[in-house]
Amino acid sequence: MWILLLLPFVGLLWVPFYNFTEPSLFGFPFFYWYQLAWVPISSLLIWLVYRSRTPDEAP
Amino acid sequence: MADHIEWVALAVFIFFFALVTVMGFLAARWKAGPVSEHLDEWGLGGRQFGTWITWFLVGGDFYTAYTVIAVPALVYAVGAYGFFALPYTVIVYPFVFAVMPILWSRAHANGHVTAADVVHGTYGSRALEFAVAMTGMVATMPYIALQLIGMEVVIKAMGLRGELPLVAAFIILALYTYSSGLRAPALIAFVKDIMIYIVVLVAVVIVPAKLGGYGAVFAAANDAFAAKGGATGLILKPAQMLPYATLALGSALAAFMYPHTLTGIFAAKSADTIRKNAILLPAYTLLLGLIALLGYMAYAANIKVSSPNDVVPMLFKVLFPSWFAGFAFSAIAIGALVPAAVMSIGAAKLFTRNVWKSYVDPNISHAGEAAVAKIASLVVKVGALAFILFLPTQYALDLQLLGGLWILQTFPALVFGLFTRWFRSEGLLLGWATGIGWGSWTAWSNGLKPLATIDLGGVSYVFYVGLAALVLNIAVAAVATVIVGLVSPNRASATAQS
Repeated sequence: MWILLLLPFVGLLWVPFYNFTEPSLFGFPFFYWYQLAWVPISSLLIWLVYRSRTPDEAP
Repeated sequence: MADHIEWVALAVFIFFFALVTVMGFLAARWKAGPVSEHLDEWGLGGRQFGTWITWFLVGGDFYTAYTVIAVPALVYAVGAYGFFALPYTVIVYPFVFAVMPILWSRAHANGHVTAADVVHGTYGSRALEFAVAMTGMVATMPYIALQLIGMEVVIKAMGLRGELPLVAAFIILALYTYSSGLRAPALIAFVKDIMIYIVVLVAVVIVPAKLGGYGAVFAAANDAFAAKGGATGLILKPAQMLPYATLALGSALAAFMYPHTLTGIFAAKSADTIRKNAILLPAYTLLLGLIALLGYMAYAANIKVSSPNDVVPMLFKVLFPSWFAGFAFSAIAIGALVPAAVMSIGAAKLFTRNVWKSYVDPNISHAGEAAVAKIASLVVKVGALAFILFLPTQYALDLQLLGGLWILQTFPALVFGLFTRWFRSEGLLLGWATGIGWGSWTAWSNGLKPLATIDLGGVSYVFYVGLAALVLNIAVAAVATVIVGLVSPNRASATAQS
């Protein structure tokens, strides 16, 4: 599961993936909405890893 | 920028400033502990902050007022390239999730208060501890100065002249930080963050509605960049891609090496608090992405400014009624107070624990540590203020840039020891020195640009100097560790204990 944490690095640091204006969404060029979309996706990925790990302590 | 005083905006501003001042002084009693008797109380709020307080505190000191001013300013000036703050503040969280709970556990188990404490605890090396502590202090100073610039910009936008308002605001900040410690910015962070969220959400809905939608905003910016030419535009030029990615990665690795961000980590109640925050903090990144777009909205609103830093205040003044502009300016100014307070606390803790305690008074009591740290926080703030009042603003910007490069060089010493005991302190120290030396020299010889160029097989690559210095740092540390291991196979006794 921990490998999921690497996906945001791949998705955002390989710039040729997303350095375009089309297709645009709600007026946002692709470059912008693609990177903004990574914000909730990263949260989701971290949450998945969080859920899968065994708790290390009593709260 | 404004030639007359905006009374309505100023009244709103003074109201909120007074509100947080009262909160700052009362904060000493919040979740009260003996604030003056233990550094954990003054400097870490008693190590008891749960998920929400940590969320507001780290959100408040990581996404600073200067960010609200500077990111849209850069986007306004160069376009897509200025957006690197977004990938930077996304990829930082998988890193925080994976590393910071381990760091917290190490610090918590051993009563460590600073990064340099952890490094000393791991390697038993006073020299490496001192290197990490000095780097933290030196890198933080210009960062505090930048917060002042953020405050200065909005004070000017309300038509106030002279430096007196800035000095007054800063003295008030210094006094309540002195008396309440980390509890003050933690409590004020609630107000600041809620205000910033309101301002940005209103702005990103109302402004495009007034200007004809996001399509029109991007089109206006596109036209402006087409007219302007050069390395600007809505997407990156091919030559900008590597600088963009390396700046994002280098900044993300450096972000949680700073004393102020680590203060938020160490003040958390549990390792799980930090993990939950790695999931929740990206909400601020969404906000930052939207704030960055204010730079494009300025084009759609036909705003012309002489200094890009004035873009955001001008946008609010032109498009909103005076009371809301005042509300926005208060949000930005209060947004400067929170990080400035936490930064001065972080630097003061380093001085107390890793300079004063290590070299001047090793037998200092807990109350003595708190007393030294309180005085040190005042000195740090006065230093930052003097910086802004007496030196050109550009110095603060240049030093902040170098500060990012420097703080990144403490990464191997602080982070590697959490996972492996293979590296030797001598190697890490040599790597640190090489990274700082090479990085500073390279940035300096490029006219203090954060980018360096290297030619490989006839193709030149441009990248972020700090990241390259980190790679060099790690390589030197590894080679030196091997050599030291050959010369003296037995580690110093302090290294064996954890």
